[in-house]
Amino acid sequence: MSLIEITDVRKSFGANEVLKGIDLNVEPGEVIAIIGKSGSGKSTLLRCINGLETINSGSIQVAGAQLAPDELHLKALRLKVGMIFQSFNLFPHKTAGQNVMLSQMVVKKTPKPEAEAMARKMLERVGLAHKFDAYPDELSGGQQQRVAIARALAMQPMALLCDEVTSALDPELVQEVLAVVKELAAEGMTLLMVTHEMRFARDVCSRVVFMHMGRVHEIGPPAEVFGAPKTPELRQFLGAQH
Amino acid sequence: MIEFSNWDILRNLLLAARWTVVLSLVSFVGGGIVGLGLLFMRISRSRWPRLFAGAYVELFQGTPLLMQLFLAFFGLALFGINVPAWLAAGVALILWTAAFLAEIWRGCVESIAKGQWEASASLGMGRMQQMRYVVLPQAMKIAIPPTVGFSVQVVKGTSLTSIIGFVELSKAGTIVTNATFLPFTVYGYVALIYFVLCFPLSKSSQYLERKLNVAHRNH
Repeated sequence: MSLIEITDVRKSFGANEVLKGIDLNVEPGEVIAIIGKSGSGKSTLLRCINGLETINSGSIQVAGAQLAPDELHLKALRLKVGMIFQSFNLFPHKTAGQNVMLSQMVVKKTPKPEAEAMARKMLERVGLAHKFDAYPDELSGGQQQRVAIARALAMQPMALLCDEVTSALDPELVQEVLAVVKELAAEGMTLLMVTHEMRFARDVCSRVVFMHMGRVHEIGPPAEVFGAPKTPELRQFLGAQH
Repeated sequence: MIEFSNWDILRNLLLAARWTVVLSLVSFVGGGIVGLGLLFMRISRSRWPRLFAGAYVELFQGTPLLMQLFLAFFGLALFGINVPAWLAAGVALILWTAAFLAEIWRGCVESIAKGQWEASASLGMGRMQQMRYVVLPQAMKIAIPPTVGFSVQVVKGTSLTSIIGFVELSKAGTIVTNATFLPFTVYGYVALIYFVLCFPLSKSSQYLERKLNVAHRNH
Protein backbone atom coordinates (compact mmCIF):
# COMPACT_ATOMS: atom_id res chain seq x y z
CA MET A 1 0.00 0.00 0.00
CA SER A 2 1.24 3.44 -0.88
CA LEU A 3 1.85 6.01 1.85
CA ILE A 4 -0.17 8.69 0.09
CA GLU A 5 -3.02 7.68 -2.22
CA ILE A 6 -4.67 10.37 -4.27
CA THR A 7 -7.56 9.07 -6.34
CA ASP A 8 -9.46 11.05 -8.95
CA VAL A 9 -9.39 14.28 -6.95
CA ARG A 10 -11.40 17.16 -8.34
CA LYS A 11 -11.51 20.66 -6.93
CA SER A 12 -13.28 23.79 -8.13
CA PHE A 13 -13.21 27.38 -6.98
CA GLY A 14 -16.65 28.51 -8.14
CA ALA A 15 -16.94 27.72 -11.82
CA ASN A 16 -13.19 27.36 -12.18
CA GLU A 17 -12.08 23.73 -11.96
CA VAL A 18 -8.47 23.79 -10.84
CA LEU A 19 -7.97 20.05 -10.28
CA LYS A 20 -9.53 17.89 -12.98
CA GLY A 21 -9.10 14.38 -11.68
CA ILE A 22 -5.70 13.81 -10.09
CA ASP A 23 -4.37 10.30 -9.46
CA LEU A 24 -1.08 9.96 -7.67
CA ASN A 25 0.40 7.35 -5.35
CA VAL A 26 3.44 8.10 -3.26
CA GLU A 27 5.54 5.32 -1.75
CA PRO A 28 7.29 5.67 1.61
CA GLY A 29 10.63 7.43 1.23
CA GLU A 30 9.84 8.91 -2.15
CA VAL A 31 10.74 12.51 -2.86
CA ILE A 32 8.38 14.03 -5.36
CA ALA A 33 8.72 17.40 -7.02
CA ILE A 34 5.59 18.98 -8.45
CA ILE A 35 6.39 21.48 -11.16
CA GLY A 36 4.24 23.51 -13.50
CA LYS A 37 3.16 27.02 -14.40
CA SER A 38 1.39 29.16 -11.84
CA GLY A 39 -2.30 28.37 -11.95
CA SER A 40 -1.69 24.76 -12.94
CA GLY A 41 -3.10 23.59 -9.59
CA LYS A 42 0.10 22.35 -7.98
CA SER A 43 -0.22 24.31 -4.74
CA THR A 44 -3.94 23.51 -4.54
CA LEU A 45 -3.17 19.81 -4.84
CA LEU A 46 -0.68 20.05 -1.98
CA ARG A 47 -3.16 21.97 0.17
CA CYS A 48 -5.86 19.37 -0.51
CA ILE A 49 -3.67 16.58 0.81
CA ASN A 50 -3.75 17.87 4.38
CA GLY A 51 -7.24 19.31 4.17
CA LEU A 52 -6.45 23.01 3.96
CA GLU A 53 -8.70 22.97 0.90
CA THR A 54 -11.80 20.81 0.65
CA ILE A 55 -12.10 18.56 -2.38
CA ASN A 56 -15.22 18.26 -4.51
CA SER A 57 -14.80 14.59 -5.34
CA GLY A 58 -12.28 11.77 -5.24
CA SER A 59 -10.38 10.59 -2.19
CA ILE A 60 -7.09 11.18 -0.42
CA GLN A 61 -5.50 8.82 2.09
CA VAL A 62 -2.29 9.19 4.03
CA ALA A 63 -1.13 6.03 5.79
CA GLY A 64 -4.69 4.87 6.23
CA ALA A 65 -6.01 8.23 7.44
CA GLN A 66 -8.80 9.30 5.17
CA LEU A 67 -9.39 12.94 4.26
CA ALA A 68 -12.80 14.00 5.61
CA PRO A 69 -14.04 17.46 6.48
CA ASP A 70 -14.67 16.93 10.20
CA GLU A 71 -12.16 18.03 12.81
CA LEU A 72 -11.44 14.52 14.11
CA HIS A 73 -10.50 13.07 10.72
CA LEU A 74 -8.52 16.17 9.81
CA LYS A 75 -6.50 15.95 13.01
CA ALA A 76 -5.68 12.28 12.41
CA LEU A 77 -4.61 13.11 8.86
CA ARG A 78 -2.55 16.12 9.85
CA LEU A 79 -0.67 14.11 12.46
CA LYS A 80 0.61 11.95 9.61
CA VAL A 81 1.52 14.68 7.21
CA GLY A 82 3.21 17.99 8.04
CA MET A 83 3.37 21.10 5.92
CA ILE A 84 5.90 23.86 5.29
CA PHE A 85 4.73 27.12 3.75
CA GLN A 86 6.21 29.64 1.39
CA SER A 87 5.76 32.40 3.98
CA PHE A 88 7.06 30.32 6.95
CA ASN A 89 4.03 31.20 9.13
CA LEU A 90 5.92 30.98 12.40
CA PHE A 91 3.94 32.19 15.41
CA PRO A 92 5.40 35.68 15.91
CA HIS A 93 4.53 35.88 19.61
CA LYS A 94 6.54 32.78 20.45
CA THR A 95 10.26 32.04 20.39
CA ALA A 96 11.73 29.54 17.96
CA GLY A 97 11.76 26.94 20.73
CA GLN A 98 8.17 27.66 21.77
CA ASN A 99 7.10 27.47 18.14
CA VAL A 100 8.42 23.94 17.99
CA MET A 101 7.03 22.98 21.40
CA LEU A 102 3.51 24.39 21.11
CA SER A 103 1.77 21.84 18.94
CA GLN A 104 3.47 18.93 20.66
CA MET A 105 2.04 20.07 23.98
CA VAL A 106 -1.35 21.18 22.70
CA VAL A 107 -2.12 18.51 20.14
CA LYS A 108 -0.19 15.50 21.38
CA LYS A 109 -0.31 16.49 25.08
CA THR A 110 3.41 15.86 25.35
CA PRO A 111 4.69 16.98 28.79
CA LYS A 112 6.72 20.18 28.63
CA PRO A 113 10.20 18.75 29.41
CA GLU A 114 9.85 16.16 26.66
CA ALA A 115 8.48 18.71 24.20
CA GLU A 116 11.41 20.97 25.00
CA ALA A 117 13.93 18.16 24.54
CA MET A 118 12.33 17.34 21.20
CA ALA A 119 12.38 21.02 20.20
CA ARG A 120 16.08 21.29 21.00
CA LYS A 121 16.78 18.13 19.05
CA MET A 122 14.85 19.32 16.01
CA LEU A 123 16.37 22.81 16.07
CA GLU A 124 19.76 21.12 16.30
CA ARG A 125 18.86 19.08 13.26
CA VAL A 126 18.20 22.20 11.19
CA GLY A 127 21.33 23.87 12.58
CA LEU A 128 19.57 26.38 14.83
CA ALA A 129 20.07 25.02 18.33
CA HIS A 130 21.57 28.37 19.34
CA LYS A 131 18.39 30.25 18.28
CA PHE A 132 16.08 28.45 20.73
CA ASP A 133 15.16 31.68 22.52
CA ALA A 134 15.06 33.98 19.48
CA TYR A 135 11.77 35.41 18.26
CA PRO A 136 10.89 34.97 14.58
CA ASP A 137 11.47 38.66 13.79
CA GLU A 138 15.03 38.28 15.04
CA LEU A 139 15.74 35.56 12.49
CA SER A 140 16.54 35.72 8.80
CA GLY A 141 14.07 34.28 6.31
CA GLY A 142 16.18 31.17 5.85
CA GLN A 143 16.40 30.66 9.58
CA GLN A 144 12.65 31.15 9.98
CA GLN A 145 11.99 28.54 7.33
CA ARG A 146 14.33 26.12 9.06
CA VAL A 147 12.47 26.67 12.34
CA ALA A 148 9.24 25.97 10.45
CA ILE A 149 10.75 22.70 9.24
CA ALA A 150 11.81 21.82 12.79
CA ARG A 151 8.29 22.65 13.98
CA ALA A 152 6.76 20.26 11.45
CA LEU A 153 9.32 17.53 12.18
CA ALA A 154 8.69 17.70 15.92
CA MET A 155 5.24 16.25 15.28
CA GLN A 156 6.97 13.21 13.77
CA PRO A 157 4.97 13.11 10.54
CA MET A 158 5.34 10.32 7.99
CA ALA A 159 5.43 12.77 5.12
CA LEU A 160 6.06 16.47 4.59
CA LEU A 161 4.36 18.78 2.12
CA CYS A 162 6.58 21.66 1.02
CA ASP A 163 4.80 24.52 -0.72
CA GLU A 164 7.43 26.59 -2.56
CA VAL A 165 9.53 26.71 0.58
CA THR A 166 12.29 28.82 -0.93
CA SER A 167 10.23 31.22 -3.06
CA ALA A 168 10.06 33.95 -0.43
CA LEU A 169 13.78 33.83 0.33
CA ASP A 170 16.64 35.99 -0.83
CA PRO A 171 18.82 34.05 -3.27
CA GLU A 172 21.70 33.67 -0.82
CA LEU A 173 19.38 32.07 1.76
CA VAL A 174 17.86 29.48 -0.57
CA GLN A 175 20.71 27.01 -0.25
CA GLU A 176 20.63 26.71 3.54
CA VAL A 177 16.96 25.66 3.37
CA LEU A 178 17.48 23.32 0.43
CA ALA A 179 20.37 21.71 2.27
CA VAL A 180 18.04 20.87 5.17
CA VAL A 181 15.41 19.46 2.79
CA LYS A 182 18.05 17.43 1.03
CA GLU A 183 19.19 15.97 4.31
CA LEU A 184 15.62 14.99 5.16
CA ALA A 185 15.34 13.28 1.79
CA ALA A 186 18.57 11.41 2.44
CA GLU A 187 17.25 10.27 5.81
CA GLY A 188 14.27 8.70 4.07
CA MET A 189 11.53 11.24 4.79
CA THR A 190 8.70 11.16 2.28
CA LEU A 191 8.51 14.57 0.64
CA LEU A 192 6.03 16.16 -1.72
CA MET A 193 7.28 19.51 -2.83
CA VAL A 194 5.99 22.19 -5.12
CA THR A 195 9.13 23.87 -6.33
CA HIS A 196 10.70 26.15 -8.89
CA GLU A 197 14.19 24.89 -8.10
CA MET A 198 14.65 22.67 -11.14
CA ARG A 199 18.23 21.78 -10.39
CA PHE A 200 17.21 20.68 -6.91
CA ALA A 201 14.33 18.63 -8.32
CA ARG A 202 16.68 16.97 -10.75
CA ASP A 203 19.31 16.15 -8.11
CA VAL A 204 17.17 15.07 -5.17
CA CYS A 205 13.79 13.82 -6.33
CA SER A 206 12.83 10.28 -7.16
CA ARG A 207 9.95 11.40 -9.35
CA VAL A 208 8.84 14.62 -10.95
CA VAL A 209 5.20 15.50 -11.58
CA PHE A 210 4.50 18.08 -14.25
CA MET A 211 1.07 19.63 -13.80
CA HIS A 212 -0.74 21.46 -16.55
CA MET A 213 -4.30 22.84 -16.56
CA GLY A 214 -5.31 20.91 -13.45
CA ARG A 215 -4.03 17.53 -14.62
CA VAL A 216 -0.92 15.44 -14.12
CA HIS A 217 0.47 16.02 -17.56
CA GLU A 218 3.70 14.06 -17.27
CA ILE A 219 5.24 12.03 -14.50
CA GLY A 220 8.48 10.12 -14.24
CA PRO A 221 12.00 10.03 -12.87
CA PRO A 222 13.81 13.36 -13.20
CA ALA A 223 16.17 12.07 -15.89
CA GLU A 224 13.16 11.26 -18.05
CA VAL A 225 11.10 14.38 -17.32
CA PHE A 226 13.97 16.81 -17.69
CA GLY A 227 16.03 14.82 -20.21
CA ALA A 228 13.34 13.64 -22.57
CA PRO A 229 10.09 15.54 -22.11
CA LYS A 230 7.33 13.85 -24.10
CA THR A 231 4.77 16.62 -24.44
CA PRO A 232 5.15 20.04 -26.07
CA GLU A 233 3.73 21.71 -22.92
CA LEU A 234 6.52 20.32 -20.75
CA ARG A 235 9.15 21.17 -23.35
CA GLN A 236 7.83 24.71 -23.47
CA PHE A 237 7.73 24.94 -19.66
CA LEU A 238 11.30 23.69 -19.29
CA GLY A 239 12.46 25.94 -22.11
CA ALA A 240 10.96 28.97 -20.42
CA GLN A 241 12.94 28.20 -17.25
CA HIS A 242 16.25 29.28 -18.70
CA MET B 1 -31.86 82.15 50.11
CA ILE B 2 -29.22 79.60 50.96
CA GLU B 3 -25.72 80.22 49.67
CA PHE B 4 -23.88 77.27 48.14
CA SER B 5 -20.12 77.27 48.16
CA ASN B 6 -18.12 75.76 45.33
CA TRP B 7 -17.15 72.97 47.67
CA ASP B 8 -20.82 72.17 48.41
CA ILE B 9 -21.42 71.81 44.71
CA LEU B 10 -18.30 69.86 43.96
CA ARG B 11 -18.72 67.52 46.90
CA ASN B 12 -22.20 66.52 45.83
CA LEU B 13 -21.06 66.01 42.26
CA LEU B 14 -18.11 63.90 43.33
CA LEU B 15 -20.34 61.69 45.46
CA ALA B 16 -22.54 61.07 42.42
CA ALA B 17 -19.49 60.56 40.20
CA ARG B 18 -18.83 57.37 42.16
CA TRP B 19 -21.91 55.92 40.48
CA THR B 20 -20.65 56.98 37.09
CA VAL B 21 -17.45 55.10 37.81
CA VAL B 22 -19.26 52.03 39.11
CA LEU B 23 -21.66 51.99 36.17
CA SER B 24 -18.77 52.40 33.73
CA LEU B 25 -16.86 49.51 35.30
CA VAL B 26 -19.91 47.26 35.38
CA SER B 27 -20.72 48.06 31.75
CA PHE B 28 -17.17 47.57 30.62
CA VAL B 29 -16.54 44.30 32.44
CA GLY B 30 -20.01 42.90 31.75
CA GLY B 31 -19.88 44.12 28.17
CA GLY B 32 -16.47 42.55 27.78
CA ILE B 33 -17.73 39.15 28.92
CA VAL B 34 -20.87 39.25 26.76
CA GLY B 35 -18.79 40.72 23.91
CA LEU B 36 -16.37 37.82 24.07
CA GLY B 37 -19.26 35.40 23.73
CA LEU B 38 -20.57 37.39 20.77
CA LEU B 39 -17.09 37.40 19.21
CA PHE B 40 -16.93 33.61 19.29
CA MET B 41 -20.39 33.39 17.75
CA ARG B 42 -19.51 35.96 15.13
CA ILE B 43 -16.45 34.05 13.92
CA SER B 44 -18.02 30.62 14.39
CA ARG B 45 -18.09 28.25 11.47
CA SER B 46 -21.76 27.45 11.97
CA ARG B 47 -24.24 29.71 10.32
CA TRP B 48 -26.80 30.44 13.05
CA PRO B 49 -24.54 31.76 15.78
CA ARG B 50 -22.83 33.90 13.15
CA LEU B 51 -26.14 35.32 11.92
CA PHE B 52 -27.39 35.93 15.45
CA ALA B 53 -24.27 37.79 16.53
CA GLY B 54 -24.26 39.79 13.31
CA ALA B 55 -27.88 40.85 13.79
CA TYR B 56 -27.25 41.67 17.46
CA VAL B 57 -24.34 43.95 16.61
CA GLU B 58 -26.27 45.67 13.81
CA LEU B 59 -29.25 46.21 16.10
CA PHE B 60 -27.28 47.78 18.93
CA GLN B 61 -25.02 49.81 16.68
CA GLY B 62 -27.92 50.97 14.55
CA THR B 63 -30.13 52.36 17.33
CA PRO B 64 -29.39 55.17 19.78
CA LEU B 65 -28.27 54.14 23.24
CA LEU B 66 -31.02 56.37 24.58
CA MET B 67 -33.70 54.24 22.88
CA GLN B 68 -32.11 51.11 24.29
CA LEU B 69 -32.29 52.62 27.77
CA PHE B 70 -35.92 53.59 27.29
CA LEU B 71 -36.80 50.13 26.07
CA ALA B 72 -35.04 48.48 28.99
CA PHE B 73 -36.66 50.80 31.50
CA PHE B 74 -40.18 51.45 30.16
CA GLY B 75 -40.49 48.51 27.81
CA LEU B 76 -40.15 45.85 30.48
CA ALA B 77 -42.52 47.79 32.72
CA LEU B 78 -45.21 47.30 30.07
CA PHE B 79 -45.00 43.58 30.70
CA GLY B 80 -45.50 44.18 34.39
CA ILE B 81 -41.82 43.72 35.18
CA ASN B 82 -40.79 46.60 37.36
CA VAL B 83 -37.20 47.37 36.62
CA PRO B 84 -35.33 49.74 38.91
CA ALA B 85 -33.36 52.45 37.10
CA TRP B 86 -29.96 51.10 38.12
CA LEU B 87 -30.77 47.66 36.75
CA ALA B 88 -32.14 48.97 33.45
CA ALA B 89 -29.11 51.26 33.10
CA GLY B 90 -26.66 48.46 33.86
CA VAL B 91 -28.26 45.93 31.54
CA ALA B 92 -28.69 48.34 28.63
CA LEU B 93 -25.11 49.59 28.91
CA ILE B 94 -23.70 46.06 29.16
CA LEU B 95 -25.58 44.97 26.04
CA TRP B 96 -24.58 48.14 24.16
CA THR B 97 -20.91 47.85 25.15
CA ALA B 98 -20.88 44.17 24.22
CA ALA B 99 -22.01 44.96 20.67
CA PHE B 100 -19.25 47.48 20.09
CA LEU B 101 -16.50 45.44 21.75
CA ALA B 102 -17.47 42.33 19.79
CA GLU B 103 -17.16 44.30 16.58
CA ILE B 104 -13.82 45.87 17.54
CA TRP B 105 -12.43 42.47 18.52
CA ARG B 106 -13.74 40.77 15.41
CA GLY B 107 -11.70 43.20 13.35
CA CYS B 108 -8.62 42.35 15.41
CA VAL B 109 -9.10 38.59 15.04
CA GLU B 110 -9.64 38.94 11.31
CA SER B 111 -6.48 41.00 10.96
CA ILE B 112 -4.40 37.97 11.95
CA ALA B 113 -2.80 36.57 8.82
CA LYS B 114 -4.48 33.56 7.23
CA GLY B 115 -1.13 31.77 7.34
CA GLN B 116 -1.34 31.61 11.14
CA TRP B 117 -4.59 29.65 10.91
CA GLU B 118 -3.18 27.41 8.19
CA ALA B 119 0.08 26.70 9.99
CA SER B 120 -1.63 25.87 13.27
CA ALA B 121 -4.26 23.76 11.47
CA SER B 122 -1.63 21.79 9.61
CA LEU B 123 0.04 21.03 12.95
CA GLY B 124 -3.18 19.34 14.00
CA MET B 125 -4.70 22.00 16.25
CA GLY B 126 -8.46 22.19 16.55
CA ARG B 127 -10.35 25.44 16.12
CA MET B 128 -10.45 26.28 19.84
CA GLN B 129 -6.76 25.48 20.26
CA GLN B 130 -5.91 27.72 17.34
CA MET B 131 -7.90 30.54 18.90
CA ARG B 132 -6.46 30.07 22.36
CA TYR B 133 -2.78 29.57 21.60
CA VAL B 134 -2.20 31.28 18.26
CA VAL B 135 -4.84 33.78 17.22
CA LEU B 136 -6.15 35.39 20.41
CA PRO B 137 -2.73 36.13 21.94
CA GLN B 138 -1.83 38.06 18.80
CA ALA B 139 -5.27 39.64 18.37
CA MET B 140 -5.36 40.79 21.99
CA LYS B 141 -2.24 42.83 21.51
CA ILE B 142 -3.85 44.62 18.58
CA ALA B 143 -7.11 45.00 20.47
CA ILE B 144 -5.78 46.77 23.56
CA PRO B 145 -5.56 50.35 22.20
CA PRO B 146 -9.01 50.45 20.53
CA THR B 147 -10.58 48.70 23.52
CA VAL B 148 -9.17 51.20 25.99
CA GLY B 149 -10.19 53.97 23.58
CA PHE B 150 -13.73 52.66 23.52
CA SER B 151 -13.91 52.72 27.32
CA VAL B 152 -14.05 56.53 26.96
CA GLN B 153 -17.30 56.12 25.04
CA VAL B 154 -18.65 53.92 27.82
CA VAL B 155 -17.90 56.53 30.49
CA LYS B 156 -19.62 59.23 28.46
CA GLY B 157 -22.44 56.85 27.57
CA THR B 158 -23.34 56.46 31.24
CA SER B 159 -24.50 60.09 31.25
CA LEU B 160 -27.57 59.05 29.26
CA THR B 161 -28.81 56.94 32.14
CA SER B 162 -29.70 60.19 33.92
CA ILE B 163 -32.75 60.33 31.64
CA ILE B 164 -34.31 57.24 33.21
CA GLY B 165 -33.60 58.63 36.64
CA PHE B 166 -30.40 56.91 37.63
CA VAL B 167 -28.51 59.35 39.82
CA GLU B 168 -25.02 59.49 38.47
CA LEU B 169 -22.88 62.50 37.63
CA SER B 170 -25.15 64.09 35.02
CA LYS B 171 -28.34 63.57 36.99
CA ALA B 172 -26.64 64.98 40.07
CA GLY B 173 -25.68 67.99 37.97
CA THR B 174 -29.33 68.59 37.13
CA ILE B 175 -30.40 68.20 40.75
CA VAL B 176 -27.70 70.52 42.04
CA THR B 177 -28.55 73.09 39.36
CA ASN B 178 -32.17 73.05 40.40
CA ALA B 179 -31.15 73.80 43.95
CA THR B 180 -28.48 76.41 43.27
CA PHE B 181 -29.62 78.09 40.04
CA LEU B 182 -25.99 78.11 38.93
CA PRO B 183 -26.15 76.01 35.74
CA PHE B 184 -22.94 77.28 34.23
CA THR B 185 -20.85 76.59 37.31
CA VAL B 186 -22.45 73.24 38.01
CA TYR B 187 -22.29 71.86 34.47
CA GLY B 188 -18.78 73.25 34.16
CA TYR B 189 -17.79 71.07 37.10
CA VAL B 190 -19.70 68.12 35.66
CA ALA B 191 -17.84 68.43 32.38
CA LEU B 192 -14.55 68.77 34.24
CA ILE B 193 -15.15 65.59 36.21
CA TYR B 194 -16.00 63.67 33.02
CA PHE B 195 -12.84 65.02 31.49
CA VAL B 196 -10.74 63.95 34.45
CA LEU B 197 -12.21 60.46 34.13
CA CYS B 198 -11.80 60.19 30.36
CA PHE B 199 -8.53 61.98 29.67
CA PRO B 200 -6.27 59.36 31.28
CA LEU B 201 -8.12 56.66 29.37
CA SER B 202 -7.72 58.27 25.96
CA LYS B 203 -4.12 59.20 26.75
CA SER B 204 -3.28 55.65 27.76
CA SER B 205 -4.96 54.40 24.60
CA GLN B 206 -2.64 56.59 22.54
CA TYR B 207 0.33 55.52 24.62
CA LEU B 208 -0.48 51.83 24.24
CA GLU B 209 -0.98 52.23 20.52
CA ARG B 210 2.47 53.74 20.17
CA LYS B 211 4.11 51.29 22.49
CA LEU B 212 2.60 48.16 20.94
CA ASN B 213 3.36 49.38 17.46
CA VAL B 214 7.05 50.05 17.94
CA ALA B 215 8.76 48.40 14.97
CA HIS B 216 5.74 46.09 14.70
CA ARG B 217 7.17 43.97 17.43
CA ASN B 218 5.00 40.97 17.95
CA HIS B 219 6.15 39.82 21.31
